[in-house]
Amino acid sequence: MDILNYIIDNWGLIATRTGEHVAIVGVAVALAIATGVPIGVAITQNRRVADAVLYAASIMITIPSIALFGMMIPVLSLIGHGIGYLPAVIAVLLYSQLPIIRNTYASISNIDPALREAARGMGLTRGQRLREVELPIALPVIMAGVRVAVVMNIGVTAIATYIGAGGLGAFIARGISQTDPRQLVTGALAVSILAVVADLALLGLQKRLTSPGLRKR
Amino acid sequence: MIRLDQVSKTFPGTTMPAVDRVSLEVAEGEICVLLGPSGCGKTTTMKMVNRLIQPSSGDIFIDGRNTSDYDVTQLRRSIGYVIQQIGLFPNKTIEDNICIVPDILGWDRRKSRQRAAELLEMVALDPGVFLKRYPKELSGGQQQRIGVLRAIAADPPVLLMDEPFGAIDPINRVIIQDEFLKMQAQIRKTILFVSHDIDEAVKMADRIAIFRNGRLVQYDTPDNMLAHPASEFVSDFVGGDRTLKRLQLLTVRDAMIADPPRVRAADSLQQAAAAMEAHGHQSIVLVGPRGRARGYVNLQTARGGNGTVGENYEALPTTIRPHEDLRTAVSTMFRYDTQWLACVDDDGMFVGYVTLRGITHLLSETYRDG
Repeated sequence: MDILNYIIDNWGLIATRTGEHVAIVGVAVALAIATGVPIGVAITQNRRVADAVLYAASIMITIPSIALFGMMIPVLSLIGHGIGYLPAVIAVLLYSQLPIIRNTYASISNIDPALREAARGMGLTRGQRLREVELPIALPVIMAGVRVAVVMNIGVTAIATYIGAGGLGAFIARGISQTDPRQLVTGALAVSILAVVADLALLGLQKRLTSPGLRKR
Repeated sequence: MIRLDQVSKTFPGTTMPAVDRVSLEVAEGEICVLLGPSGCGKTTTMKMVNRLIQPSSGDIFIDGRNTSDYDVTQLRRSIGYVIQQIGLFPNKTIEDNICIVPDILGWDRRKSRQRAAELLEMVALDPGVFLKRYPKELSGGQQQRIGVLRAIAADPPVLLMDEPFGAIDPINRVIIQDEFLKMQAQIRKTILFVSHDIDEAVKMADRIAIFRNGRLVQYDTPDNMLAHPASEFVSDFVGGDRTLKRLQLLTVRDAMIADPPRVRAADSLQQAAAAMEAHGHQSIVLVGPRGRARGYVNLQTARGGNGTVGENYEALPTTIRPHEDLRTAVSTMFRYDTQWLACVDDDGMFVGYVTLRGITHLLSETYRDG
């Protein structure tokens, strides 16, 4: 009951924190798509490069987020952004690379070679093949990677409150330091709900963007 | 229209050329079938025409222009391409699949969609039903028809077909082959067609090019190929029954004795016998008042009998049309245990007859001349 009252009383603050949270994850994942998809496509050209890139992205994801934030402080301090929004976005951007690059790479390289040959034989350029055929077919799998990145990084962003990036993690951090279960539960609940809602919203988007010809019956 | 001049291809890391100094010319509107066992270089030869494979040496000309002078994507857009695996784009509707080349060429959208509908009608697929469907909703045979339509959508003069009907079940394959030949009679494309099936080659080709180990070993019309194989390899490849295969290249009309003597119902058996004896025939066909084939009388019946033909004739077991192939004719003769068949036109008018002897004679003619 306490918790419910707390939520009702602090509705405005929850909304603000959620907005901050979404701003970090949204911007970072958008940037991750803008970088990860081209990288994923590019590495289909060379197996060894692909292995190296995927290995590097895998290592990236094993770094604990708190350690990553710590490592960025001295570096980003040079431009006056040692803590706050920027390092949070960079961390999410880096963590998002693996699911997005890996799914892009896997889906593009698994496209039926007959499709590629037909497209090449009919005179489609590399760009046209990507735009007309390969990316539309790869889209559901790429989107699945994006969803993994978003859900995972909604969790990571909750930690970013410790470097002053705001977000829903603020409730959890304060709940811990003030031994206040109301804030702690509110934060945890909000993070979970945000993750589920974002995943479902992206699933809906994925279905809308996927050609009906690719849907399983 | 398509001319290969001493074209060779040696793949990196190999010493044996995959294609070895091949020269051949395909005339405008003809179908040239590249035939041979797997690994003989036929597909490599075809893919060098649209430069999916770059020749190591030699030149390929299309309409007199060297293909190496073209921009490669422009070249490919001017050549239709059909592959065995079909390769329809699953994310696009049938309409958009057919229009892919017109779209990248920047055709007016209405014009290209109009053309897609016309093309679908050519292969007897209802545009209203199929235009907005996706490839997965179509059967294999329907998909391959779309594959062919996609290749001809931008009306390229040249078509490359890589075992296009190879993955289709035998019954549908025959239907699609017939349909394609009918379409080709209208569109008159110059076609390079890769196949490993001699029967398909005999059926589709104006000329057959047989390959072995990268070399072109014989380039000839199907009938000549079957009648006069240039080497043991060719004769083995075309098969021991190659003379029988020639049957499907010839029509009843080729072996038909046109406008033979005939009798009418009111004629006496004596007249019938006289007519047969005069021509050395064993039987004679009875026609109705307007010339329809009604039945026949044997020489034996006619000689001994009295009365008119109308009282003594027997029904014809079956008839055949002049445009049917001789394979059908011979098969019909075997089924009805007869040595001859009366030929009738589409209206049932008696136009001639064809005999087993006449067919064997026709088939062996080429061997006597050669």
